[in-house]
Amino acid sequence: MLRDITLGQYYRTESVIHSLDPRVKLVATFVFIVSLFVANNFVGYVIAALFLAMCIYLSKVPPKFIFRGMKTIFFLLMITMVFNLFLTPGKELISIWKLTITYEGLKMAIMMAIRLMFLITGSSLMTLTTTPNNLTDGLEKLLRPLRLFKVPVHEISMMMSIALRFIPILMEETDKIMKAQMARGADFESGSIIKRAKSLVPLLVPLFISAFRRANDLAMAMEARCYKGGDGRTKMKPLIYQNRDRLAYLVIWAYLGIVIVLGRIL
Amino acid sequence: MKKMIKTDNLVFEYIRRDEEGNVEGITRAIDKVNLDVKPGEFIAILGHNGSGKSTLAKHFNALLYPTEGEVFVDGMNIEDDQHLWDIRQEAGMVFQNPDNQIIGQVVEEDVGFGPENMGVPTDEIWERVDESLKTVGMLQFRKSSPNHLSGGQKQRVSIAGVIAMHPKCIIFDEPTAMLDPNGRKDVIRAARALNQVENITIILITHYMEEVIYADRVFVMDKGHVEMTGTPREIFSQVDKLKDLRLGVPQVTLLAHELRKAGLPLPEGVLTREELVEELKKIKNKENN
Repeated sequence: MLRDITLGQYYRTESVIHSLDPRVKLVATFVFIVSLFVANNFVGYVIAALFLAMCIYLSKVPPKFIFRGMKTIFFLLMITMVFNLFLTPGKELISIWKLTITYEGLKMAIMMAIRLMFLITGSSLMTLTTTPNNLTDGLEKLLRPLRLFKVPVHEISMMMSIALRFIPILMEETDKIMKAQMARGADFESGSIIKRAKSLVPLLVPLFISAFRRANDLAMAMEARCYKGGDGRTKMKPLIYQNRDRLAYLVIWAYLGIVIVLGRIL
Repeated sequence: MKKMIKTDNLVFEYIRRDEEGNVEGITRAIDKVNLDVKPGEFIAILGHNGSGKSTLAKHFNALLYPTEGEVFVDGMNIEDDQHLWDIRQEAGMVFQNPDNQIIGQVVEEDVGFGPENMGVPTDEIWERVDESLKTVGMLQFRKSSPNHLSGGQKQRVSIAGVIAMHPKCIIFDEPTAMLDPNGRKDVIRAARALNQVENITIILITHYMEEVIYADRVFVMDKGHVEMTGTPREIFSQVDKLKDLRLGVPQVTLLAHELRKAGLPLPEGVLTREELVEELKKIKNKENN
């Protein structure tokens, strides 16, 4: 159950998308998200869907992996939809007791759901096709100008890549602790929400302790391997734009242009 | 001859403090340890939990600093900040938990982490990664995620990560404590190969007796002191003293020891099964004559 989150899980294969520069993929994901909020008619979403489908096809990642992340946001999706459905003022469509569904609300709910689903799919695709190290390298290089304002860009990117690396390990650990507590009679599944939240305490305490211990060990291992921050570090895989990256940029900006024209103006 | 590692009256104290920062108590983890390791040696440090062996190891990589006394790595004092990174490059370290020392999400990226930190040029990093993965026999897993490897394989990746920094000495801090018997064998084999083929000084910290028999010299630690020093044979011929230090001996050695006590004319310090068989054959031949 806890292993289903695909965020931060790299899917290993060789494809055009995999070989793109991470900076391109970061910018593309950002542009894609922007495009989702720019588009406000269904033509815009059809174009976004086609673009996404094309990227998924090119990435050679089995769709099963991409959509697995969807299950985890199902709850959020439902809440957003319900709120939009009932709380948007406008022309009345159906009215049951005190709840009214408006035409605008229905449209808004569907649009929000599509936006959220596309957003998660798009960003999952990025993390599935980019190794976390690559991702943070890209982020580091993209955000380098922020160093002028004393933002510790290298440190942030290192923290992120370590967090991503430890997600699956901590997941497994959570599973293990959960089973250990269940074996001794802990109950995580029944009772009221408050009771269930309380029952998580014996799960979270050992998990945090173990995370701190791991952090301590890792810091020591990094120091032992001469880690001294970003200065004077060389790169095993330096980021250099290739022709395919330039082409990809072209495709992305063209896509945004089309979405703006068709999704907004038409 | 220059010493790879030398400690001079090394003392290390853990200081416990209460919430206001007042000293609550002092635990002396290492108490006046003097030892030296020659280049190219295979050293084993034995001791049960809390004997100070891991604390000692962390000094060799300048992760801990002595409370009293001095530690030299390849002639450099570890308290000399100027040499800190040289020391960490020359004396690599492999830790106990394989998960907590792999930084990269892909095997080859992790192996490249050390050279990257040292500022090695890109082309050379690739050469080093290739060569180190080959040395530990993990080249075919170079593109794998460490999460999909077994404990022994992860530990070999960690070793490759250290080799890529071209160290003169590698300190193994209980590298096999969390592994299954097969993984343990692989890791020890890799350590021995590094010692014999690459002539890298190895310091192996462990509480498994079977791993010690290949060492050139063994230090046995107890309560922060070095209690015994010698070749594995010298150490294991003192079965009773080891028992006092709450350490066992390899099964074969123990069997030979018990047989000797029961009256068979066996020598002390039999280390391998083959040796015991040979000795028993000799006795049998003598009886037949």
